[in-house]
Amino acid sequence: MTKAITLAMSLFAAPAWADWQINMNEGVTALSREIFDLHMLIFWICVAIGVAVFGVMFYSIFKFRKSKGAVAEHWHENTTVEIVWTVIPSIILIAMAVPATATLMDMYDTSEADVDIQVTGYQWKWRYQYLDEGIDFFSNLSTPREEITNVSLKNPNYLLEVDNPLVIPANKKVRFLITANDVIHSWWVPHFAVKKDAIPGFINESWVRVEEPGVYRGQCTELCGKDHGFMPVVVEVKSEADYAKWVADQKAMKLAMAGESSRQFSMDELVAKGEGVYNAACVGCHQPNGQGIPGAFPAITGSTIATGAIDKHVDIIVNGKTGTAMQAFKEQLSAVDIAAVVTYQRNALGNSVGDLVQPSVIQK
Amino acid sequence: MAQQDQKQTKRLALRLATAAVAMFGFGFALVPLYDVFCDITGLNGKNFSQGPTVSAVSVDTSRTVKVQFVTVNPADMPWDFRPSVRSMRVFPGEDKQTTFYAKNPTAQWMVAQAVPSVTPAEAAPYLHKVNCFCFDRQPLEAGADTQMPLLFFVDPQLPKHISTITLSYALYDLTDSQKVTTASQIDDKGQVSL
Amino acid sequence: MATVDVDLPHVKDEEHHHHGPAKGLGRWLYTTNHKDIGSMYLIFSLCMFMIGGAMALVIRAELFQPGLQLVEPNFFNQMTTMHGLIMVFGAVMPAFVGMANWMIPMQIGAPDMALPRMNNWSFWILPFAFLILLSSLFMPGGAPNFGWTFYAPLSTTYAPESVTFFIFAVHIMGASSIMGSINIIATVLNMRAPGMTLMKMPLFVWTWLITAFLLIAVMPVLAGVVTMMLMYIHFGTSFFNAAGGGDPVLFQHVFWFFGHPEVYIMILPAFGIISEIIPTFARKRLFGYASMVYAVASIALLSFVVWAHHMFTVGMPLVGEVFFMFATMLIAVPTGVKVFNWVATMFRGSMTFETPMLFALAFVVLFTLGGFSGLMLAIAPADFQYHDTYFVVAHFHYVLVPGAIFSLMAGTYYWLPKWTGHQLNETMGKVHFWLSFVGVNITFFPMHFVGLAGMPRRIPDYALQFADFNSMASVGAFIFGVSQLLFIYNIVQNVRAGQKATDQVWEGAHGLEWTVPSPAPYHTFSTPPKVD
Repeated sequence: MTKAITLAMSLFAAPAWADWQINMNEGVTALSREIFDLHMLIFWICVAIGVAVFGVMFYSIFKFRKSKGAVAEHWHENTTVEIVWTVIPSIILIAMAVPATATLMDMYDTSEADVDIQVTGYQWKWRYQYLDEGIDFFSNLSTPREEITNVSLKNPNYLLEVDNPLVIPANKKVRFLITANDVIHSWWVPHFAVKKDAIPGFINESWVRVEEPGVYRGQCTELCGKDHGFMPVVVEVKSEADYAKWVADQKAMKLAMAGESSRQFSMDELVAKGEGVYNAACVGCHQPNGQGIPGAFPAITGSTIATGAIDKHVDIIVNGKTGTAMQAFKEQLSAVDIAAVVTYQRNALGNSVGDLVQPSVIQK
Repeated sequence: MAQQDQKQTKRLALRLATAAVAMFGFGFALVPLYDVFCDITGLNGKNFSQGPTVSAVSVDTSRTVKVQFVTVNPADMPWDFRPSVRSMRVFPGEDKQTTFYAKNPTAQWMVAQAVPSVTPAEAAPYLHKVNCFCFDRQPLEAGADTQMPLLFFVDPQLPKHISTITLSYALYDLTDSQKVTTASQIDDKGQVSL
Repeated sequence: MATVDVDLPHVKDEEHHHHGPAKGLGRWLYTTNHKDIGSMYLIFSLCMFMIGGAMALVIRAELFQPGLQLVEPNFFNQMTTMHGLIMVFGAVMPAFVGMANWMIPMQIGAPDMALPRMNNWSFWILPFAFLILLSSLFMPGGAPNFGWTFYAPLSTTYAPESVTFFIFAVHIMGASSIMGSINIIATVLNMRAPGMTLMKMPLFVWTWLITAFLLIAVMPVLAGVVTMMLMYIHFGTSFFNAAGGGDPVLFQHVFWFFGHPEVYIMILPAFGIISEIIPTFARKRLFGYASMVYAVASIALLSFVVWAHHMFTVGMPLVGEVFFMFATMLIAVPTGVKVFNWVATMFRGSMTFETPMLFALAFVVLFTLGGFSGLMLAIAPADFQYHDTYFVVAHFHYVLVPGAIFSLMAGTYYWLPKWTGHQLNETMGKVHFWLSFVGVNITFFPMHFVGLAGMPRRIPDYALQFADFNSMASVGAFIFGVSQLLFIYNIVQNVRAGQKATDQVWEGAHGLEWTVPSPAPYHTFSTPPKVD
């Protein structure tokens, strides 16, 4: 019932979304503008051809109709005309191909980059590894479940928001090394005109040089399974100084995390923290209520793993399960997160085993 | 006329059916053809160099190339796997050695195979591996770790506009080696390791 | 097409040895009659069109608003996959084969297809293929959910159990298509009436001849690629898996080597139908018959060297991108020639606008729009922005719905009086046309906009900025979907009753099929006509 009401509410809210964007984003890089101009050039050429062809066609439809007494003529061939309308389009095509090839060559610029970031697609999140800075994190969709299921109103960045955005410096050449962990994904930021397939076992590259700081949003563009629509890309472009500060912060945070994992946690602390981890990392397959999806993803509630020996439970989360969609989470989650989510799964979602595991004993 | 036509039709139908069967075969022939094509063009960053095929070449000290190493653990591969150094600058033609660290954190013996990929793809034919852990499968006891060597050089013929080469390794779990034997038998292209 | 003058004494001959169809279900099960088989193909494809359409409406209903309302993402993926597979392999292709069965023998003055028993087979295995495919919806883990392009490894390592059934279904469809094509080629090459030289054949026959060769060339490749999947899933070979020395990108190369010619398989016969209809209602011979034939042949040949334009973002070397961009752009030339020829046929004609002509005119305009967006997609650098967005969805729906599907509707209305012997109800036909025309454009035009604005395809939920145009598209889809009930109504009404149609049916119609009585007798041209 509440669902129906919010649904009705969202119907009324519709005009507030009004965004009748009909054209490609011009983007924020020299290359994206070049592509945009190319797109507009081809578009206008098509419009011109369309006006000419449909002009003649509609003229014929209005002029040469039987009801107006038109009598059909008998000619049905004209070699000259046919040659002309083969040659002219060919010339137009060459005129299109020249700037297109030039743009393509700009895209394949292989000069050295200032920052190299490895982008890895996972079902259904992105991982960003800064090669030289040693920064490594996952980027998950952060839109609350309630907004997706229409229980609460949707925020303006609905489905285009993540917990940890990719951060890059402005005015620097940033090179992306794109690959995937499981199936093929595709990393796309429309404002950068960067779209590259992430292929498991193979590496692709792309690059960007953004002039203005800002937040730019994109999505995965290759069908990659159930939550393909729920793995956005968010890139925060910072000024050089802010970027340097962010890098320093990240490094400091990493040290702090290491200290945190040796602390003793209480059951309540772990369960509370675990709920957040569960909703970010597990909910996609095992579902909010822990029931899983029969035939595809097993339930947590009452499962032999979540109610059995705790070290087996930890092991499956840390190392994954071969041959299934269950990933190894040791790279994705900190020791604290793993301890928390294990404890949460054992003491919530309908389970009540009553034990807990401390981060300090998680063997990664 | 009917007799004659029938015969002709049968023959034509048979020919067309043969063509269809041939095209079915062609579909499979695309697999080795693709590898040959990739090998020549470096398409898709496939790097086929196997062992010391190219003898020592003169070192080009007029420029350096940045060679980066990255690793990917595919889904359900529990090993720790990372390059010992993230990148190095090399002169084209110069032999260089580096290592990759691998650890099997699980409680059972495992075998892994590293699959290389190079970007930009154009550079793939110019990265020569003299000796590489990716030539063979790598077994590791439960809990053991190792430093795996890579000896390589960049071909001095590398096009001038390429200044960075990234070599990526994806480490696959081949413990279930039954699966692998069949695979190498079926697409046997003389590539022992892959 | 060349004007055909025919002696008609033999039409009367039919009456001497008229053995009509057998009675009951057996007639349909065992028939080797090209008209019966043609009808079955057409009815089958119409059923599939409605099933595939219902799936499209599930998709559009879910996308009417942002948020998840009706279906789970996994089921949504099953819907997009099944919609694509059913429309391509179940609706469009069999419908064209049905038309070929009905019309090719009548257009070339043959008594039947060259291999009638195989004809029966190639139809009757088809329902089983789709029964298998559809039954996968009810299997544990659900139906195929990896898109109609079934890219590995999503369709191999990560596929639901039902993928094996999907593979068998594809094998059967492939066998059916190949048998159908062999039959068509044999018929066209061996069964033409005396005097019906190749360059006198109606364009529908020409386009189908070329299509049949395309089918024989690429359907086995599709069978090959699904066989490789089968071997991976059940025997562990790793053609598409990096772990075993394979490559997921190889899958895409092999798939699109089939897939791109497949696109033309779905549009070339449409060109043929339109090239029949426009001259009839313009009362003027088709302009540039020979160049039309050459254009179709060159499109077919080019289709083998453009496949990688579906893969501009997989990371090809620069030379690859440039080659496939140029090759693809080249296709615009023969396609342009066809459009110019149709327009030139109308120019200084004497046009009337019956239902088939309305569909044909809409085809010319809307297919050309789809062609323009295709040209834009061919531009590799711009494709990085278009690829896998709704712009692509808009593009291929423009060439397939108001393209292939409209040509099928045009053909149906055009030849229906010949099949049933009843004149068309023009009013109802026109109502169907205008509703379809409006519906199609409301559905697919806004997809260009959301695609350019950045909406990826195959997603069950989307960001708020895409909401307005998506609602609009959903409304259009329901208009289009519901108006197809009218199509069925029109056909059923025409079969049941109507004014008696003349032999020629349409004032401007020329060709052998219009020389036999309406409805066409069970056996036509038992004695070949003489074509001058």
